[in-house]
Amino acid sequence: MTEELLRVEDLWVRFPTPSGKVVEAVRGVSFSLGRERLGIVGESGSGKSMTGRSILRLVRPPGQVQAKRIMFHDQDLLTLSERKMRQVRGNRISMVMQDPKFSLNPVMTVGRQIAEAYRLHTGASRREAKRATLEMLEAVQIRDPERVRDLYPHEVSGGMGQRIMIAMMLAPDPEILIADEPTSALDVTVQTSVLRIIDRLVKERGMGLIFISHDLNLVATFCDRILIMYAGRVVETCEASRLHEAKHPYTRGLLNALPRLDEPKAALEAMTRDPAWTEAPSVDGYL
Amino acid sequence: MATSEALLVEGLTVAFDGSVAVDAATFAVEEGASFGLVGESGSGKSTILRAIAGLVPDWSGRIEVMGHPLGRRRGAEFFRTVQMVFQDPYGSLHPRHTVDRTLSEPLLLHRFDRVEQRIEEALEQVGLGPSFRFRYPHQLSGGQRQRVAIARALMLEPRILLLDEPTSALDVSVQAEVLNLLDRLRVDRGLTYLLVSHNLAVVAHMCERIAVMQGGRIVETLRADAMRNLTPTNPYTRDLLVASQGYSAGEEE
Repeated sequence: MTEELLRVEDLWVRFPTPSGKVVEAVRGVSFSLGRERLGIVGESGSGKSMTGRSILRLVRPPGQVQAKRIMFHDQDLLTLSERKMRQVRGNRISMVMQDPKFSLNPVMTVGRQIAEAYRLHTGASRREAKRATLEMLEAVQIRDPERVRDLYPHEVSGGMGQRIMIAMMLAPDPEILIADEPTSALDVTVQTSVLRIIDRLVKERGMGLIFISHDLNLVATFCDRILIMYAGRVVETCEASRLHEAKHPYTRGLLNALPRLDEPKAALEAMTRDPAWTEAPSVDGYL
Repeated sequence: MATSEALLVEGLTVAFDGSVAVDAATFAVEEGASFGLVGESGSGKSTILRAIAGLVPDWSGRIEVMGHPLGRRRGAEFFRTVQMVFQDPYGSLHPRHTVDRTLSEPLLLHRFDRVEQRIEEALEQVGLGPSFRFRYPHQLSGGQRQRVAIARALMLEPRILLLDEPTSALDVSVQAEVLNLLDRLRVDRGLTYLLVSHNLAVVAHMCERIAVMQGGRIVETLRADAMRNLTPTNPYTRDLLVASQGYSAGEEE
């Protein structure tokens, strides 16, 4: 069995509303992550992104994160001081978000941003950072890195922007990468090339990857293991390659709602949501 | 001779500031058929829809709707024949207009009678009850908004619907409901669809014939079953098909 890099136990995320009601975005989710590609799938509002953000304590107030523990090696991330947490964030656990347009600083060249991130995390000299920047751009298969380094974010395409984000996130050599819909804003053919880069880096460096997505097909083909979330809970876990044998009616419903190229259907199945799915306790996703 | 073509596009070219967005696109859609345009961003698929709808000021070539060639301007008659549904149901409904106002506006503009009754029927047709009539867009979910947008497009009883990524902003379970609704409406009302999407599975599900676009050109027009059998002749179509089936590790470049 692979070792556990991260263990999340009984995670809850709550948002109090002005009317006094509390919205529970994540409700008692437990899972662990090894050196693997773990997919979290669900529809909007299922709590998948909040789960990812909670690990890095990036849920903004008034949101409240509560868990028995979130163990990263032998540290409980929930008890770390904000200063200690900053050393984890980016350095040892990195996150890539959906849209590179909003994640990159628009008034700074790509090269400067990567170099800045690198220096912050490694304390390297300017010259050293400059060299590393080129290396990183090459690692994410950007041709002509010396030209790209001097471009501003609006001058690069979406696919290139996302590769730059990945280069930046991987610069400090993190042990875990959390990717929240990293390719949803990209065209399918670009998506494949970006995923191949993530895949290769994860394998080469023995990282753990949490891949958050709404795309069942993609997760089934890209990840090793999957958690399926619904209404803030994990309703089912399975090996990615066996998603199509999934048993939970929600997962089945999602699969049947999907138009498929290989099997034509007269009508797509409309899902009837059973209130019991919301009530059933979260399934644990430990290794 | 009467043609059975609802929509004919011939040598349609659209250029913005010297860059060609659509390059000599040619296709025809029979009445009652559903025709798909697929391609990646920047391929020109949405621009074709916008040119037909009159949202692109400068185009050349020929566009015929129900046998009538279109000029520069679109008259009231055109909008009674052709209506459009946009991708983003969050952006395409006026945030401060109730569903009732959104649906009644086209009727009043075109001086239709029986406004009350038509609104009630339209809501019923798209599967929203009468209770939705006086709600604002922020009180609706994404799928409900898209139903309202479809209802609005149907108010003038058009013959042709231009659908621009109608389900891309929706969750799969909601997408299934909206696609089923569109399918049913087409059969019930004998509508003709021109559907733009980046999702090949959605297009293959909805359309009989599909044009694949790349860099402003239609590189291949094929039947949906040819697409399902993965037997396209064009290498780009093949790449697109493979990529849309999910991730494949492939060979390292």
